[in-house]
Amino acid sequence: MSQTAYLVVAAGLFGIGAAGLLLRKNVLVMFMCVELMLNAVNLTFVSFGRSLDDVGGQVSVFFVLVVAAAEVVVGLGIIVAIMRRRADATADDISMLKG
Amino acid sequence: MLAAVKAIATPEVVWSALVPQLILMIGGVLLLTIVSLVKGRLPRGAYATYTVVVALASLVSVVPLWHRVRNVKEGAASLVGGAVGLDGYSLFLIATMAVGVILAALFADGYLRREGLDGPELYVLMLLSAAGGGVMASANDLIVLFIGLEILSISSYVMAAMHANRLSSQEAGFKYFIMGAFASAFLLYGIAMVYGATGSTSLVHIQAFLSQTILVHDGLLIAGIALMLIGLGFKVAAVPFHTWAPDVYQGAPSPISAFMASVVKAAGFAGLVRVIVVALETYRLQWRPAVFAIAALSLLVGSLSAVVQTNVKRMLAYSSINHAGFMLMGVQAGGVGTSAVLFYLAAYTFMVAGSFGITTIVGGRGDSRHTLDDYNGLAKTRPLLAGCFAVFLLAQAGVPLTAGFLAKLGVLQAAAETHNWSLAIIAMVTAVISAFFYLRIIVSMYFGEPQAEVEASRPVPVGARIALTLAVLGTLGLGIVPGPFTHLAKDATPAFAASGR
Repeated sequence: MSQTAYLVVAAGLFGIGAAGLLLRKNVLVMFMCVELMLNAVNLTFVSFGRSLDDVGGQVSVFFVLVVAAAEVVVGLGIIVAIMRRRADATADDISMLKG
Repeated sequence: MLAAVKAIATPEVVWSALVPQLILMIGGVLLLTIVSLVKGRLPRGAYATYTVVVALASLVSVVPLWHRVRNVKEGAASLVGGAVGLDGYSLFLIATMAVGVILAALFADGYLRREGLDGPELYVLMLLSAAGGGVMASANDLIVLFIGLEILSISSYVMAAMHANRLSSQEAGFKYFIMGAFASAFLLYGIAMVYGATGSTSLVHIQAFLSQTILVHDGLLIAGIALMLIGLGFKVAAVPFHTWAPDVYQGAPSPISAFMASVVKAAGFAGLVRVIVVALETYRLQWRPAVFAIAALSLLVGSLSAVVQTNVKRMLAYSSINHAGFMLMGVQAGGVGTSAVLFYLAAYTFMVAGSFGITTIVGGRGDSRHTLDDYNGLAKTRPLLAGCFAVFLLAQAGVPLTAGFLAKLGVLQAAAETHNWSLAIIAMVTAVISAFFYLRIIVSMYFGEPQAEVEASRPVPVGARIALTLAVLGTLGLGIVPGPFTHLAKDATPAFAASGR
């Protein structure tokens, strides 16, 4: 398969993630969408690394993975803190601040 | 089998060039270690004092490096396998961020005790976050830039959600986290595309590649630049990527708003200028219209939305969007605007940290008294506090003899030098609009009647007094004797030295 196919899949995943983040209301699903976007980037990195015959693309993926893991920890921490106050909170409920 | 595995060449790590960032990072980790080993509580203000000392040490460690960079023989260098750049630009920004940490930590001290949250966590996060900002400012590789950005951001998500008992703080943390992660993903996708187009994530390599090669199909590269611009635009709160900023600045604990508006903004611009202006200078014609549009929108939306706000923290948030527009005006001017942007960031650190420091104190217990009415007659009940706030607001409005005037003048000159009159005119108009809402606060402070049930005026904590004094001195000092600072900002040029490994 050509490199383009991988890039198109990655772009599709990124689009799904971005759309999901903006449209979905469940806090955890929004969170998963962020991960989807990051993994789309990983796929892009790997396929470019392959076509450029450069190991840098694959190394970058490791950095992204580590950062994504750190982000999960913090994000879930914040979400748990919110859920403790009110279970089944959706993103629409978290809207005290506006104006 | 084993012979086939070559020894991996590891780059030489030049520790001496990384001292300012290392001091911040090790300082943060050390504080965490110490407090988990020590039994019982540390004396009052110990955490804040420690944080200030660490940030000061980082600030001082910049000085010998600065002399090394200015030295003709050594000069700027790209170190650690081309990952980290040591140049005047990174050092200037690290020093600015260290000042931001000092001010925010001093304000946080009194705040945390008032809210019954005293503990080391906030200070640890502050130091780590600033260390990430330092990494970002000196990054010579897009992946290093990304990691610096994440160290900076992940710590600040937690800081925004720090006040665990206040729903608004949690909400600020959540919104900041979701929007921040969204922006990071965009930035990263942009990095991946630029990597695909140029074959490297090293900024040194990208700059050299683009100056020697003309890409026939540069769609990938332009898409990458656009995505990176979106990602960094989120971080500096530029319109149309600004929607999180008012909510987060309003909901986050006030000293953290001071931190975010000074340190996080400085780091965001550090990345923006390094990547867009320096590494991608050959694509200036392509990115300039986009930066122009973002700058114009930030200027207009920031000032017009600030006018209708009744919450002072929210108003300051919109005003910071307006300031981001001014700084972007320097960015779109390209190389000639860089020193103006740096001076603006340094001046803005004092002004905005001071302003949010005032809201920390006036906010009172619960950090809730932030409406314009709460500032009515502040000059009668607390004249010194009102005086300081007036100085910060006038400086933000750009009144002569304050830092804000020269900062605005600098970016306007940069726009004029590049014959960008339309943007300069927009900026002048919005400066007038924003003067209106700054003056509105001053008028209500000096001519309003104090509210009947004024909370028994608590004395201003010692830390906040020191920080306010520093911020006022900085704001006025940079305005009255700007010479040395403008020189520093001029010398703080970003440089890539590919040879200096």
